[in-house]
Amino acid sequence: MATVRSVLPGRGEKEPRGRLKGANLFVWLVLVVGALVVAFPLYWMFATAVRPKKEIFGGGLDLVPSTFVWSNFADAWNKLPWDQFYINSIAIAAIAVPVTVFINLLAGYTFAKYTFPGRDILFLLMISTLMIPIQVIMVPEFLIVAKLGWVNTWWGVLVPRAAEAFGLFMVRQFMVSIPDELIEAARLDGAGEFTIFRRVVLPLSWPVIAVLSIFTFMWRWNDFAWPLVVLQEQSAYTVPLGLNLMKGQYFTDWTGLMSMSLLSIIPMMLVFIFFQRYFIQGIASTGLK
Amino acid sequence: MTLRQPENPATKDGGAPSGVRGWWNRNQRLLIPYIFIAPNVVVFAVFMFLPILLAFYISLNEWTLIGFPTFVGLSNYLDMLEDSEFWRAFYNTGVYTVGTVPTSIALGLAVAVGLNRKLPGRTLLRSIFFVPVIISLVAVALIAAWIFNDNYGIINAALSAVGIGDVPWLSSARWAMTSLIIATLWIRLGFNMVIYLAALQSIPTELYDAARVDGASGWRRFRHITWPLLGPTTFLLVIINIIYSLHVFDLIYVMTGGGPGFSTTVLVQYIYQMAFTEGQMGYASAIGVVLYLLLLIITVFQWRVTRQSENV
Repeated sequence: MATVRSVLPGRGEKEPRGRLKGANLFVWLVLVVGALVVAFPLYWMFATAVRPKKEIFGGGLDLVPSTFVWSNFADAWNKLPWDQFYINSIAIAAIAVPVTVFINLLAGYTFAKYTFPGRDILFLLMISTLMIPIQVIMVPEFLIVAKLGWVNTWWGVLVPRAAEAFGLFMVRQFMVSIPDELIEAARLDGAGEFTIFRRVVLPLSWPVIAVLSIFTFMWRWNDFAWPLVVLQEQSAYTVPLGLNLMKGQYFTDWTGLMSMSLLSIIPMMLVFIFFQRYFIQGIASTGLK
Repeated sequence: MTLRQPENPATKDGGAPSGVRGWWNRNQRLLIPYIFIAPNVVVFAVFMFLPILLAFYISLNEWTLIGFPTFVGLSNYLDMLEDSEFWRAFYNTGVYTVGTVPTSIALGLAVAVGLNRKLPGRTLLRSIFFVPVIISLVAVALIAAWIFNDNYGIINAALSAVGIGDVPWLSSARWAMTSLIIATLWIRLGFNMVIYLAALQSIPTELYDAARVDGASGWRRFRHITWPLLGPTTFLLVIINIIYSLHVFDLIYVMTGGGPGFSTTVLVQYIYQMAFTEGQMGYASAIGVVLYLLLLIITVFQWRVTRQSENV
């Protein structure tokens, strides 16, 4: 992961200064215009969410709201049981993060640092499931979850996805870089294997724990296809399912749809602002999202 | 470093004979790996490997979830050959993949090369290009559906203002696919950019300095140094982007619902519809198996190419 450090912002990297000229000025202008285009949909979501409702259907090019109508948020919030949707989403993410991190950390460490019969074939089998879309296994997966009595529960959403091929892959990559000498030294001191994991490996693993925690939060918070199958009662819905429901019921209420979309991405945006370099590290070191 | 003695599960229940402790100490190194991977392997076995096997089995049956499945052999697969909607979804998946993969990689590369220069504000610019990657696809779909709205969308308002007139973005087959592809570029650009940036930073600057001394122009430096050295990254991105395009569900389900008509229905969505709207579990699973085999071919191809280039 060390090789990607310089991509990461805010890590002692000096912001280049000086006057732009020639080719650099041209490239810079193109990039600024590009960034404005990329940022525009987010701005437009915000502008639609906060402006008076009658301005929505003007069909004109009013880019700036005439006034800010903050009550738009309360109006939209009261149309559906959003408090329940948020409780479900938060609970699923809050349980999924420690569970996913724990089991993948332990397994990733084992695949990196132990030799045992069946290791390579098992690892390959697990990693090879990375490219399987949930729809391929949706039917049997649903039957299994139903058999366990987990339909309409948080567990039905989070347990099947707790063993992540992506997480396993990422942790193993990281663990390979921990020196064997540290582990051997502890073993010579007479430490048991779990103690070694807890006292030697775990304290060194914070970078990968951080990356995996953030990614797990993102996966569960944004999850849609699988919850759509497992969560059938409205009281069990998560935030993305609530957005989809709202689109079905109030498909012309763009003020409400944009205000609830905006609200739904705020947790992710906060995580991104505070932990941006972990996202980039995770993607750059595995080539996956 | 102070380390406690190994925790010994055998002594915890008090009355275990000392022989167990000795046995555990002798065999710990052998058993521990399996204990450590057990939680992961169990979840994988129950929620990944078992469903894959069951999917193969269910695909050989006719089943509506009510009553027992009836074994029908390969007839679901044969039905697929004559199902024009399946082929339409197959075709749509292809159009979407071809429309998104090269374009998003080219855009990601262009932005990465630009932002690899020493430019003011590049940290902020990188963040802006990256932000769409982390937003839920449902929110992206809603934003896109609003921006591309035929009657009140900002894009049509802008087009009218410059005299082009309204484009039926979401109500015509061709334009619906186009707006989906544009929305996809928005989320893929930042992803591809980050991977290219990481690769660009591993290229030694001496190479460029030497080329500069030889009088090579910016384009020639890109063409003869950057592009060849980015080859493995580009290959990886092509594969990942193809896989992502074959996976696309949330965005299409919420933004166009597969319509108008059948014009933006892709394979994963057709599977979902067959299973949970039509209740044809066997047929849905058969399509899933076909998609799985398709993805397997792509992955094996990628492994072989990567391994070959590593051996050279």
